[in-house]
Amino acid sequence: MTSTTNVPPGAQNAVTFYDTDPHEHPPGQSTMLGFWLYLMSDCLIFAMLFAAWGVFGGSYAGGPRPSELFELPLVAVNTAMLLFSSITYGFAMLAADEKKQGATLGWLAITGVFGLCFLGIELYEFSNLIAEGAGPWRSAFLSSFFTLVGTHGLHVTFGIIWLVTLMVQVSRKGLIDANMRRLQCLSLFWHFLDVIWIGVFTFVYLLGVLR
Amino acid sequence: MSAPTNQHQAVEMERDAHDRGSSDHVHGGAAHGSRSSYVTGFVLSVILTAIPFGLVMSGVIGDKSVVAGICMVLAIVQIVVHMIYFLHMNRKSEAGWTLMSLIFTIIIVVIALTGSLWVMFHMNQNMMPPMNPASAAEMSDQM
Repeated sequence: MTSTTNVPPGAQNAVTFYDTDPHEHPPGQSTMLGFWLYLMSDCLIFAMLFAAWGVFGGSYAGGPRPSELFELPLVAVNTAMLLFSSITYGFAMLAADEKKQGATLGWLAITGVFGLCFLGIELYEFSNLIAEGAGPWRSAFLSSFFTLVGTHGLHVTFGIIWLVTLMVQVSRKGLIDANMRRLQCLSLFWHFLDVIWIGVFTFVYLLGVLR
Repeated sequence: MSAPTNQHQAVEMERDAHDRGSSDHVHGGAAHGSRSSYVTGFVLSVILTAIPFGLVMSGVIGDKSVVAGICMVLAIVQIVVHMIYFLHMNRKSEAGWTLMSLIFTIIIVVIALTGSLWVMFHMNQNMMPPMNPASAAEMSDQM
């Protein structure tokens, strides 16, 4: 194949429209784009849940209204948890770029703790609402609220599971290329959840209380 | 003899392109931020979060629709800040495909959201009987 016998002039520049040789793609070269496309499809799921909230957000069925249920100080603390976890994940990525494994694991652990705080506060809020009789069965407003915020919470839960898995992988295999790629995917996922949360605290909590 | 050689060269070139592409993801500066960009993004998003919470919780501005408008504008600004400083969006990443897919997604999201809200708002207006007696009386007067 590689024999360089006399090539006719001009054949060097001839255009090849397709190649029939089997060739290998280096592992992971399309992973980031593929993961981005997954995030975009996830974005559509959240868009539909936001649309449902927009339609049902005012259907109280004679039940409690958002201004009677939502505790904004708690939501503010929750938002702070997610924001802090975003910047600590950023620091984990920076440490990983500098190939500092210990610092990477440390920042990842801090990110995980913030994520767990966020989940804990959210579950506390949900259990309070349900104890007050304002569960998802009470009205269309509460159904759409629990579906939207709960779906976001589930994403955070899976993000934390993924984070712990990655910490184990990094501590065992080190910051190899495959682990760097995984860290970058989780970085996109984690910051994406933060973007969704901006929509949640604005359109669900703040505008809900104003309603 | 020349045809296979050409094909081989093309494959080699393609491999080179792939290699360069993949090393960009892992080592290149494309998908990475610096410490200062993360801190800038964080400070901006703290400010952009604190303002709407402060406005709603303190109730400084009486007009609720004005507060709602400010909150929505700040949310959109904050989403853009996150996209740039945390998700490292730019026109070049993945040869522009991330931006293309993002624009496509935004178009779909806008169509779905405005469409749902618009249709359901009008359906509520037209199909739901008025709930409070005062407007019901008005309605019967008109009829």
